[in-house]
Amino acid sequence: MLRLVELTKTYPTGDQALKAVNLEVPAGQVLALIGPSGAGKSTLIRCINRLVEPTSGKVYLGDVELTTLGSSALRRERRRMGMIFQEYALVERLTVMENVLSGRLGYVGFWRSFLRKFPQADIDEAFRLLDRVGLLDMADKRADELSGGQRQRVGICRALIQDPALLLVDEPTASLDPKTSRQIMRLICELCEERGLAAIINIHDVALAQIFVQRVIGLRFGAIEFDGKPDELTPEVLTTIYGEEDWEQTIEEVDEEELDEAAP
Amino acid sequence: MTTAPIASELDLLIGTKWKKPSFIQRPWLRWGLIIGFVIYLIAAISSVEVNWARVYEGLERGAAFIKAFMAPDFVSRWTDIRDGMLESLIMTVASTVVGVLISIPIGLGAARNIAPLPVYLLCRGIIAISRALQEIIVAILLVAIFGFGPLAGFLTLSFASIGFMSKLLAEDIESTDKVPAEAIKATGASWLQWVNYGVQPQVFPRLVGLSMYRLDINFRESAILGLVGAGGIGATLNTAFDRYEFDTAAAILILIIGTVMALEYISGIIRARVQ
Amino acid sequence: MAIISLSDGRKTWRRFTPSQQVTRWFAYLVAVAVFVWCWNRISEATTWFFVWDAPRIAGDILSRATPPRWSYIDKLWWPIWDTINIATLGTIAALFMAVPVAFMAARNTTPSRLFIRPIALLIIVATRSINSLIWALLLIAIIGPGVFAGIVAIAIRSIGFCAKLLYEAIEEIDHSQVEAITATGGSRWQVMAYGIVPQIMPAFAGIAVFRWDINIRESTVLGLVGAGGIGLQLSSSLNVLAWPQVTLILLVILVAVVVGEWVSAKVRGAII
Repeated sequence: MLRLVELTKTYPTGDQALKAVNLEVPAGQVLALIGPSGAGKSTLIRCINRLVEPTSGKVYLGDVELTTLGSSALRRERRRMGMIFQEYALVERLTVMENVLSGRLGYVGFWRSFLRKFPQADIDEAFRLLDRVGLLDMADKRADELSGGQRQRVGICRALIQDPALLLVDEPTASLDPKTSRQIMRLICELCEERGLAAIINIHDVALAQIFVQRVIGLRFGAIEFDGKPDELTPEVLTTIYGEEDWEQTIEEVDEEELDEAAP
Repeated sequence: MTTAPIASELDLLIGTKWKKPSFIQRPWLRWGLIIGFVIYLIAAISSVEVNWARVYEGLERGAAFIKAFMAPDFVSRWTDIRDGMLESLIMTVASTVVGVLISIPIGLGAARNIAPLPVYLLCRGIIAISRALQEIIVAILLVAIFGFGPLAGFLTLSFASIGFMSKLLAEDIESTDKVPAEAIKATGASWLQWVNYGVQPQVFPRLVGLSMYRLDINFRESAILGLVGAGGIGATLNTAFDRYEFDTAAAILILIIGTVMALEYISGIIRARVQ
Repeated sequence: MAIISLSDGRKTWRRFTPSQQVTRWFAYLVAVAVFVWCWNRISEATTWFFVWDAPRIAGDILSRATPPRWSYIDKLWWPIWDTINIATLGTIAALFMAVPVAFMAARNTTPSRLFIRPIALLIIVATRSINSLIWALLLIAIIGPGVFAGIVAIAIRSIGFCAKLLYEAIEEIDHSQVEAITATGGSRWQVMAYGIVPQIMPAFAGIAVFRWDINIRESTVLGLVGAGGIGLQLSSSLNVLAWPQVTLILLVILVAVVVGEWVSAKVRGAII
């Protein structure tokens, strides 16, 4: 469904953020991208929908090659890729509803969106999504009145209302407390399953990734170091990705947390 | 989270129109403001008499002026321009120095967190008067009292600087971080020592920045004081416009713009070095 | 800051090293010399006889100027209306022109950094370097005296001011919100309307009201050069030395300025 071929990004400063990355994501697969800060996780995600222009390489979404598209064709393809951000990236001075509806911008013309005259079907879908994430009665609140977890839910709605085939998720939990982090991760993964979406989730928290996803990619210095199932993440693997550290601790913690999960 | 009531709420909402909630919630107030503003605009625009024939004639002169900008004439009135610019600069520098020096004690006095109430009220009063009177009006009065010449301009700019600087300075002092100031107080420092060690270091960079900003403003203002006889380049400029010597006027305007840009550039460097 | 070894080998702490100290003293010396020179020039150009006479003249003017001629207010209503219109219409016109200039000047929204941005910056610096009275002089020479010249003068003067503050606000926006809207597949204009405009709205409203407040002040004196408003009355009263009328006009201007400041403070409080 998504295929990256020799994807490379070199910043003007000379930093090589991605070194010829090859990756294939089948439809409906939720994948976690782990790795230390500066490993190129963010760049990878942004090269897919070309918020960052890749230096070379190809990105196939379905049959469409994205890196050579002109701006209007690119916009059409971006509608098929919902994006969820670390700091939520909601337009803070707009209402929750406007933020959700802004996911439809690729589908409606400028004046319709400017006058907030979205099609009724979009509005219904927005209500349905808000209801699904439990924020229905917040629709007319301004985004900056919400808590972090609530904002991220709105961000999820905005991505889903695009009716995407793929979710690009950039550190969805980095600004949230542990409990909310888990709720958000679970929500994302549930929604992906419900709708059969593929997702690439950048995440710092290895333990959290292990709980929810089907496949883990480890990135180090812009190259893929690990590709496998979450339970194949051994201390040795983590050492190759992150460097020397006592990893037993992290992995044990996961087990405990999974027990916690099962208890209630 | 119970699902049943929310689901019904959702059912109610599906199919309904959604409208962005208005910025002003009360409809009568919102429409009152909108209609009132529209009526005002119509009244205001219709009360402006525009002699379009005159404006049309003027377009030609406007074109001449723009042409003059392309070929400014610095030469024919060079002595006037040079003397005027020099006088403007002199007034600017002198008045900024005096204005800043006087505004420091007044700014201290106008900061509620360090001044006793009577001093505070007095200083705030001075600031209010200085800010309420425009430079040009003060200049007219001072010219009437002190006679023509740069002294009136110098006094005008100093007076205006005091209001401007003291107000901003006082606001800065009021918003200083209390903790370092308290720490100094806790060492048993006297009031002067406290201001010197606890307040001054926090405010000083801003003071420098503000002084440079005011220098810039004073120069721009000094360019108009000549219109009422208070010295500076304004008199030369006024004469140029009166005689329709657009090329000389353009030369003066270019010099003013250039000087302002240079001052902004220098002040940028100085501010960066102080902070 | 420096630790300094004294001649007897002990160490002491000084805020500045000796060479820093010398530079500082030299800078002070230059500053004082410049100021003294400036003062001398001003002093040379001054007729000191008038200055010594100033207290008497001031007293004289004061006694002639009081009490204000209250009845003259009847002739001021229309000029006051004109003055407010000059400020308001001038501000509105300026905002219309300042918005595109600001978008062209901001690094993150300019269509071209190499060609368009410098032009926008030039417009900003040129319009705001020149006082509205000078713009009024120029416009009167071009389109003739009157309220219209005043409005245009205020508008031009305000473009640079508003555009500068606005483009700084645009440069400070949170980029991730823009990124998010771009990622949904929004067009360039939609990104502008959803990602940028909501973020700069408070700044825009604040700037508009702030500039309106300043323009009220400036429009009261535009009449001095013939560009309409209450300044015309001030100018003609000064010409015939009708000091009681001058006092009244100054009082009216004072009230206008205070009311303007009050209104702008209220509106800003309501918006932010």
